[in-house]
Amino acid sequence: MRPVRFNIHPKEANTSTAVSVVEAPNGYSGEGFFTAKLSDVVGLARKNSMWPLPFATSCCGIEFMATAAAHYDLARFGAERMAFTPRQCDLMMVMGTISKKMAPVVKQVYMQMAEPRWVMAVGACASSGGIFDTYSVLQGIDQVVPVDVYVPGCPPRPEAILDGFMRIQDLVGQESIRRRNSNQYKALLESYGIE
Amino acid sequence: MGLTNEIIKQKLVEKFGEQVSDFDETYGLLSFKAPKELNLKVLQFLYDDTTLQFQFLTDLTGVHYPDKIGQELAVIYHLHNLSANIRLRFKVFTNIDTPDIFTATKLFAAANWMERETYDFFGVNFVGHLNLKRILNVEEMDYFPLRKEYPLEDQTRIDKDDEMFGRGGSIV
Repeated sequence: MRPVRFNIHPKEANTSTAVSVVEAPNGYSGEGFFTAKLSDVVGLARKNSMWPLPFATSCCGIEFMATAAAHYDLARFGAERMAFTPRQCDLMMVMGTISKKMAPVVKQVYMQMAEPRWVMAVGACASSGGIFDTYSVLQGIDQVVPVDVYVPGCPPRPEAILDGFMRIQDLVGQESIRRRNSNQYKALLESYGIE
Repeated sequence: MGLTNEIIKQKLVEKFGEQVSDFDETYGLLSFKAPKELNLKVLQFLYDDTTLQFQFLTDLTGVHYPDKIGQELAVIYHLHNLSANIRLRFKVFTNIDTPDIFTATKLFAAANWMERETYDFFGVNFVGHLNLKRILNVEEMDYFPLRKEYPLEDQTRIDKDDEMFGRGGSIV
């Protein structure tokens, strides 16, 4: 019988191109110094280490599990650190149908998050109520919390969730460090009854 | 062997006479109705009788029949005899203006939440229930959503074009 052997010709992993490093922000560099805008550097740090808070209530949550698992690997974006405490998180990902009875819970979780905070509505239900145009379902979480990115789909594929996450990253990276203190932002929160 | 629908029917007629009516055996499942004032007496009889022994309340729910004037709301009890493994449905009807039904919570502890649910969705007032308040819907809801005079859709939504959903608009 022919012997079964694996890895007859072992392949060496080429790690020289496997590790990617984010590009430095625009700035001036010379011998021994580099200057850039503080908001660019802060944005760079923030966007590559987002801590998501998965608020998963239904099938979109299953897609998110796939997104976070090895094949689609949300960790590539520096977001593998899920936390189920809102106080440590930067990004609330609302995935699934939110009933009207659940709406105060979503709002309370949002209010417990520290600034700066972002919200992503994943899927048709979180974005607009979806097919559940009915008396018991909240017609979009933007009725109770401000939303930064909407991901369409019913449910969206993991690629769509990743795309939504990359758009969040764009927002985070480009945000002015003064935005959260602006009157416009305060007015936005006030319109939701959040101080 | 044992208990059959015929025996149940015979026992009920023996006890309540003309007042139990509308016997039906859809798919072998016995159902009948009684006046709403008698609901506890019938349930108690079904519970206590040594041959009937319907001592398990599987489900309790309501139905709204807007066309049955004077009998708009139905309350349906699904009962189960666990030893003979026989089930039945027992219906009572009430008018929608005074939807008062005696509570079954004294007989079945399981009726507590199910009566709250029936109150929540149909507005049936279970007389004697100790904690009759909404259980599934938001507390500030001011109507009974499964009554058919109310539209199913969420009425607060303004971003939907009704015409696209085949209601209102130019399509009627």
